[in-house]
Amino acid sequence: MKEYLPILIVFIFVTGFAVTNIIASHLIGRRKNTRAKLMPYECGMDPVGSAHQRFSVKFYLVAMLFILFDIEAIFLVPWAVVFRELIQRLSRPFVFIEMMLFIGVLLVGYVYVWKKGLFEWNS
Amino acid sequence: MSSLLNSIDFQYVIGALVKIVVFWLLIMMIVAYTVYAERRVLAVIQNRLGPNRVGWQGLLQPFADLIKFIFKEDIIPLSVNKWLYLIAPVVVLVPAMMVLIVYPFGPENVPMPFGAEISSAINWLGSAIGFDWNIKIDTIDLHVTNFNIGLLYVFALTSLGVYGIVIAGWSSNSKYSLLGGLRSSAQMISYELALSLSVIAVVIQAGTLDLVKIVDQQSGAWFGFIPKWNILGLFPAGLIAFIVYLVSAIAETNRVPFDLPEAETELVAGFHTEYSALKFALFFMAEYVNMMTVSVLATSLFLGGWNGPFVSDFKWLGPVYFLLKVFFFLFLYIWIRGTLPRFRYDQLMNFGWKILLPTAIFNIVLASIIGIIFL
Repeated sequence: MKEYLPILIVFIFVTGFAVTNIIASHLIGRRKNTRAKLMPYECGMDPVGSAHQRFSVKFYLVAMLFILFDIEAIFLVPWAVVFRELIQRLSRPFVFIEMMLFIGVLLVGYVYVWKKGLFEWNS
Repeated sequence: MSSLLNSIDFQYVIGALVKIVVFWLLIMMIVAYTVYAERRVLAVIQNRLGPNRVGWQGLLQPFADLIKFIFKEDIIPLSVNKWLYLIAPVVVLVPAMMVLIVYPFGPENVPMPFGAEISSAINWLGSAIGFDWNIKIDTIDLHVTNFNIGLLYVFALTSLGVYGIVIAGWSSNSKYSLLGGLRSSAQMISYELALSLSVIAVVIQAGTLDLVKIVDQQSGAWFGFIPKWNILGLFPAGLIAFIVYLVSAIAETNRVPFDLPEAETELVAGFHTEYSALKFALFFMAEYVNMMTVSVLATSLFLGGWNGPFVSDFKWLGPVYFLLKVFFFLFLYIWIRGTLPRFRYDQLMNFGWKILLPTAIFNIVLASIIGIIFL
């Protein structure tokens, strides 16, 4: 387990570096605040209204699709890792067909989502 | 206390810390000079001079920029959600830099120059303050650590950066930031699918996720002259995987031609519009460290990492080859930036979901068919 210890070390080191930068920037940089400077940036005029408005539901859908497909991608990884061993031990068509069934299920979902028009961003 | 300081684990921790600091400094230097190289190369492409005043040929420009960043005004707009706003750059930078511990810079057991002298000096220091150390640094491994889930660790951490970008975009309470953050997150997660699916073809060949072993397995040559790199393995699945990887990696790091989150003609600067001084520098650094990570992965997964002629005789050639390959990818980034125009957003999403993702999936099928027949 010793080889995992550097994860903790590098986490502490890098977080320290980043937080130090934020604090240093706050302490060192001279500050001369004006009203216009403390407003959200807008080109040439005062911003109108809050920025926290409703945005397209498409972004949520993309995030949900990502979770689905990414989980399936993760399931492919262990199969790929033991691929060489599996084709020695089991029959080769079996190894192949098992995974193709999985990818086939994935593809059915993919085609469904496509037909539902989730990938159309110009409508 | 003395038993703690004498223990092997403590020595391991100190050794790892020293290596992390050294590699971190190296990466910071590479990042700084990538920025410089980008400005100079873009200038050449666009027929201008670029920064050439600070130091010889402008070589001290990164340090001038650093000093400027430090002394810039630190603006926190009144309407931001203060804590989220301050934490966002940290959330972006930390995962990006945490990846450096698995970078396979070079082979294991490389003879250390002056190893005997250094270890005896450390042991002498230890005995001077009353410890009985027996440290030997005759050979070193040119990576901080390697574990059997190395590749998964890299993907897990690089995808965490999205959170920082969303937090930055939302907490800034600026329309440009919000749009930039949304676009960026949607783009990054879309292309991450193709990215993680494209490496499956490599994993099938390597049979491990340990980056050092993946590179090791690519040593040697077919027929004595074709390097045994994964890009050429399972032909043509390896090559297709490499192309899919490269395209989605460029999109993943938000670079031209996929730089819509920062499309300066429409979004000012995207999710970091409201950030100034070192807070902005952290975002900037994170982007370049991510470019570095992507190049390191491309090198070690597809192009044989540190492998090259005469590495087995003279192991210090390993890191040289490795860095040259990484620099090639960094140059490619700049070259593409100087050459290609930007995608439109619907084109970008179409390309990711309708072309790249199916290509990646069918490439897995292809790779496994070729693997079943020839492995």
